[in-house]
Amino acid sequence: MLTAQFLYGGAGLVLFALGLWSFLVHEPLLRKIIALNITGAGVFHVLIAIAYRGDVAPPDPVPHALVLTGIVVAVSATALALMLGARLQDAEEEDRRR
Amino acid sequence: MTDPLVLCIALPLVGAMLVTALPRWSVRLGIVSALATAGAAVALTAAVWQQGTLHLILGGWDAQLAIALRADGLATALVLMANLVGLGISVYATGYFHDRLRVRSFWPLWLLLWAALNGLFLAGDLFNLYVMLELLGIAAAALGALTGNRDAVAANLRYLLVGLLGSISYLLGVALLYTAHGTLDLGLLAQRIAAAPELFAVNAAAMALMVAGLALKAALFPLHFWLPPAHANAPAPVSAALSALVVKAAFYLILRLWLDLFWPITGMAAAMLPALLGAVAVLWGSWRALRAERLKLLAAYSTVAQIGYLFLFLPLLTATPPGPARDDLLAALLLMAVTHGFAKAGFFLAAGLVQTNAGHDRIDDLGGTAQRLPATTFAIALSGSALIGLPPSGSFIGKWLLMQGAIATGQWWWVIVVTTGSLLASAYVFRVLSRAFGLEPTPLKFITDARAEVPALTLALISVAVLGLASGPLWTLLGLSAAGSGTGGGV
Repeated sequence: MLTAQFLYGGAGLVLFALGLWSFLVHEPLLRKIIALNITGAGVFHVLIAIAYRGDVAPPDPVPHALVLTGIVVAVSATALALMLGARLQDAEEEDRRR
Repeated sequence: MTDPLVLCIALPLVGAMLVTALPRWSVRLGIVSALATAGAAVALTAAVWQQGTLHLILGGWDAQLAIALRADGLATALVLMANLVGLGISVYATGYFHDRLRVRSFWPLWLLLWAALNGLFLAGDLFNLYVMLELLGIAAAALGALTGNRDAVAANLRYLLVGLLGSISYLLGVALLYTAHGTLDLGLLAQRIAAAPELFAVNAAAMALMVAGLALKAALFPLHFWLPPAHANAPAPVSAALSALVVKAAFYLILRLWLDLFWPITGMAAAMLPALLGAVAVLWGSWRALRAERLKLLAAYSTVAQIGYLFLFLPLLTATPPGPARDDLLAALLLMAVTHGFAKAGFFLAAGLVQTNAGHDRIDDLGGTAQRLPATTFAIALSGSALIGLPPSGSFIGKWLLMQGAIATGQWWWVIVVTTGSLLASAYVFRVLSRAFGLEPTPLKFITDARAEVPALTLALISVAVLGLASGPLWTLLGLSAAGSGTGGGV
């Protein structure tokens, strides 16, 4: 089962790197927001892999708590970013109409 | 639950809920919460002053699971600064916002930001630091976009995204540390990092991720690109909070991690990199401030430079062996951070008044400001002299000790950076003042709008007079922290 843990954690690191790359390279707001969420999901993968303590012992609750908090933060931050993005788009359309 | 440690975080949180639930009363409830929070911060300072470092584990849980709070000299000095500045900003804000929607949006976000700041300064484990960091980032970006105009929304959207990237990077570092050491408590982690030199690679990777993420939030050159537009376009009280407090919270966290956690694994090479970037920040930020056309943009670039000075201390602290010389350096660092907090808040509040009064903040067209707003101009002059580092301001002593430490450790090149930065700072401050003192009739009265001018003036005055002439207690506060905590080789 150790290999599964490494696979999961390793996949998390790959996701982190991919998300980071996408965030830095792509200009459109929506792609940046999705990229940030992928980066975050990568970190959550790593944390979930850490929590594994063998098949007998229950998983470590501390990394799980970190992931839960991280998800709440990611959702609210994404909402705020989308809201600001929508406001920006409205302003731009208004400018164009003038 | 009446411990000032808890009250500092709980009171603004409760306040934020109250102003959200009763928007009609938001100004009154907001100002009461601000007063109560500042009172709790003063009580906390008194308690740390008397008893040394305070620890608290909430809810009777096991130390590994519970929320751990800690107040040592370093944290307490910053909490006191942040809360006094916060009180000034609150008083100013009661007169600044007139639109009902703005008033009702400002107070909940501002109190949330305040709670996050206090929580960040007082958190004792990496998990709570992460939560507070995120709360701070989201509240700050929302506040910055409060004016709703296009530039402000665009700048603060970028600020939000950059901040999120910074905290995700920080969180990955936390994950690595937890994998290696199995704890998130700062004190325990410090012991385990010191005791496990064989885990150097993991520790170094975690440190790189965390410090890089936080440097993004602290706007260390060249990661400062988001700061000038975000701070310059926010409403004046928000600019003051962002520049004076929020950026400093990220720097505080870097310092905390560097001195408390990663001290055993950081050498001269690791400390040189941020210091070199800090040196470029001092020169570049001051130069851009000198070239800025608008008053608030000038203040924002000056923040980039002032944050740069703080990073110069890292190699000096590394090169100085523990003892009175190192304590002086640490106190000087704190003094500069605290002075900048008061001075920049005063500057931004005053700049906001100039903007409201004149309808713009173009520096070249500020003629006659000194005659129309004498108290505001005086506040700009006072906080400007603290930004330059003129005696008797707190940053004069800070810079003096910084240069002394640079020469004592043979790193004379920082002296050139500090003197050039100060020269540029005097140029940009006097550029504003020379325009403000245009030829116009003599002033009618010194104070024109007490509610708005007194906070700006008071904060500026503290940065110059109180911190410069009476900075001794800061040493005592730090001395208490050194005696009270047995963890790590750091603070």
